Amino acid sequence: MTTAIHRPAPRRHQVLFALIGLGLAGLALLSLCLGSLHVTPLQVFQALTGGESIDPVHHQIIVDFRLPQVLTALLAGAALGTAGLLMQTVFRNPLADPFVLGVNSGASLGVALLLLALGPSGLSLTDGLTGSGQLLRILASSGGAAATLFIVLILSRRVDIMSVLIIGLMISYTIGALVSILMFFSMAERLQSFINWSFGDYGNVSWEQMPYFLPTIAGGILLSALFIKPLDALLLGERYAESVGTRTKQVRFFVLLGASLLAGTVTGFCGPIGFLGIAAPHLCRNLFQTNQHRVLFPASILVGALLSVGADLLARGPGLDFVLPLNAITALVGAPVIIAVLVRQRQLKRLF
Amino acid sequence: MATEAPLSAKQLSIGYRQGADAFALASGLNCSLHSGQLVCLLGPNGAGKSTLIRTLAGMQPPLSGELLLDGRPLQDIAPRERARAISVVLTEGLPMGVMDSYALVSLGRHPYSGWFGGLNAHDCERIEWALHAVGASTLARRQVAELSDGERQKISIARALAQEARLMLLDEPTAFLDLPRRVELMGILRNLAQREKLALLLSTHDLDLALRFADKLWLLSPEGSLIQGAPEVLALNGQFAEAFACENLDWDAHSGSFRTHPEPCLRVQLSGDGLERLWTQRALDRMGFGLTESTSDAAFALKVDPDCWQLELADGAIRVLDTLQAFIEWIEADEWRASLSA
Repeated sequence: MTTAIHRPAPRRHQVLFALIGLGLAGLALLSLCLGSLHVTPLQVFQALTGGESIDPVHHQIIVDFRLPQVLTALLAGAALGTAGLLMQTVFRNPLADPFVLGVNSGASLGVALLLLALGPSGLSLTDGLTGSGQLLRILASSGGAAATLFIVLILSRRVDIMSVLIIGLMISYTIGALVSILMFFSMAERLQSFINWSFGDYGNVSWEQMPYFLPTIAGGILLSALFIKPLDALLLGERYAESVGTRTKQVRFFVLLGASLLAGTVTGFCGPIGFLGIAAPHLCRNLFQTNQHRVLFPASILVGALLSVGADLLARGPGLDFVLPLNAITALVGAPVIIAVLVRQRQLKRLF
Repeated sequence: MATEAPLSAKQLSIGYRQGADAFALASGLNCSLHSGQLVCLLGPNGAGKSTLIRTLAGMQPPLSGELLLDGRPLQDIAPRERARAISVVLTEGLPMGVMDSYALVSLGRHPYSGWFGGLNAHDCERIEWALHAVGASTLARRQVAELSDGERQKISIARALAQEARLMLLDEPTAFLDLPRRVELMGILRNLAQREKLALLLSTHDLDLALRFADKLWLLSPEGSLIQGAPEVLALNGQFAEAFACENLDWDAHSGSFRTHPEPCLRVQLSGDGLERLWTQRALDRMGFGLTESTSDAAFALKVDPDCWQLELADGAIRVLDTLQAFIEWIEADEWRASLSA
């Protein structure tokens, strides 16, 4: 009997992790190669290792434009996948994600306020911010995200799983309205820059912003990773979680702090990007057939990054002269995934 | 019987607070749970059974009074240490999504495992033992969502068992189960209490099973007092009947169960013996007939022999039926009422 039950982490999980990792590496490489100017993987390699033989134009395109964009896509996807997973577990709601719960809107309010405040000094949203300006942006968007998340959390204690989603949507609309009013009083070029930002674009983060973007995302992920075990316990509901010794209030606070930091920072730098946060954890649950966070957490990071780099590649439309709004691509890919999962599982609560 | 009492309450008052107001459901409770004993908590809906269980588990603060775990105040004990002493099975649902039974039961090891929840050999051993103890070893790799209510309840109990706590508090573990499953579960729990020297408290609405399986009953009355004693003693001295007294329900001390229709309007003079008589009497009970010894106040006389139900009606007519089914149909057809007016 004992040997029949006991089974170490299934080999299938290892294979899946390896495949997803390879897929991610492949897509990232493809992303570096394709664009308005195609380069070969060899040239990419030379550019990255600082080879002498490469054309300086190619070097500049690869290292100064494509590399930060791919890196941003990777980090943003990882962050959104993680944030989605954290929110789904804390809210015990399979459809919770930064977009649905209004966290993106909260972050955008923070950004809009910042924009309005900095407006007279002639700074645009994405360029020319000083170091303190970058930090200010992280603070503004994460703060907006956190405020929204904790409001939704407080309200969600009184209502059921479906109402939380509707409350999140309503908060999104309310904040959206506030942002519109703020924008109404903004200058025309600020308005355009805000609209561009709201389409979502990983190109916003250049090497100048990277020293702020990367550590914040990494910090948010590391902070959340500390709570992998209590997150498992939270799957049972708060009462059961407490009965196995989990300090649920603390855990919830720090996990949502991590989620706000991740979702807020991505929104602040790249715009509100929908559906990755929902889609990545769901794909992982289906692929790995488990709800345990020590599997889902790294899986959501990888799958989030994979979806994100893929969406970015599609948005930039290799061989085309224009760039599609990233948000449109994530919605086109993400929404059908969610519908398919829902239809297949029939019952919302069975997803979780 | 074991005498060690890991958990005891003195002058405990339970209920809930709303703002500055406290609403007490029961107060002045003095009780303790002993190792090796299965205690069944009975009481009408709304008496506060769930609240008492949550309070004893330390999940809800008492309004007043003292709650001691091994002689130390329960609220002073850190969550992790408390979780090693007290496990619970609650009425709220388990996660339904993609999670197999083994993973669910392994959550019971959280009070022991390290920061990231890795399981060592002892943890795995304990999980397998818990699954085996509730007879659910074969369910280990099944998804929780695919299990039946009874199987899920077993897994839920296995999860609590994996916690290796000396106390287990269960809130209505037999609700939603069919009778054979309820009996099986109660048997499992009683065995666990005796073999593993666990102190078990479970709330239930199943009076009959509680009488048969419990070492001790706690009756929580709507007035908020707690009556304690061996089930047989409470049944005999009438306290059991008192706690559940209501208009249409009568305690039958002979069968140890509650019966409806305490005042039958029609009586039957029943004779005969064997199983046929027993089940005929049950059928008459159900249809609202009482029994009588004399022919004078009987609606009809019935003599039951194997394969023969002989009826003598008030007007002297005799009928012979050969099955219980035929007898019940005859009663339901109501033709015999005509003989009463005659």
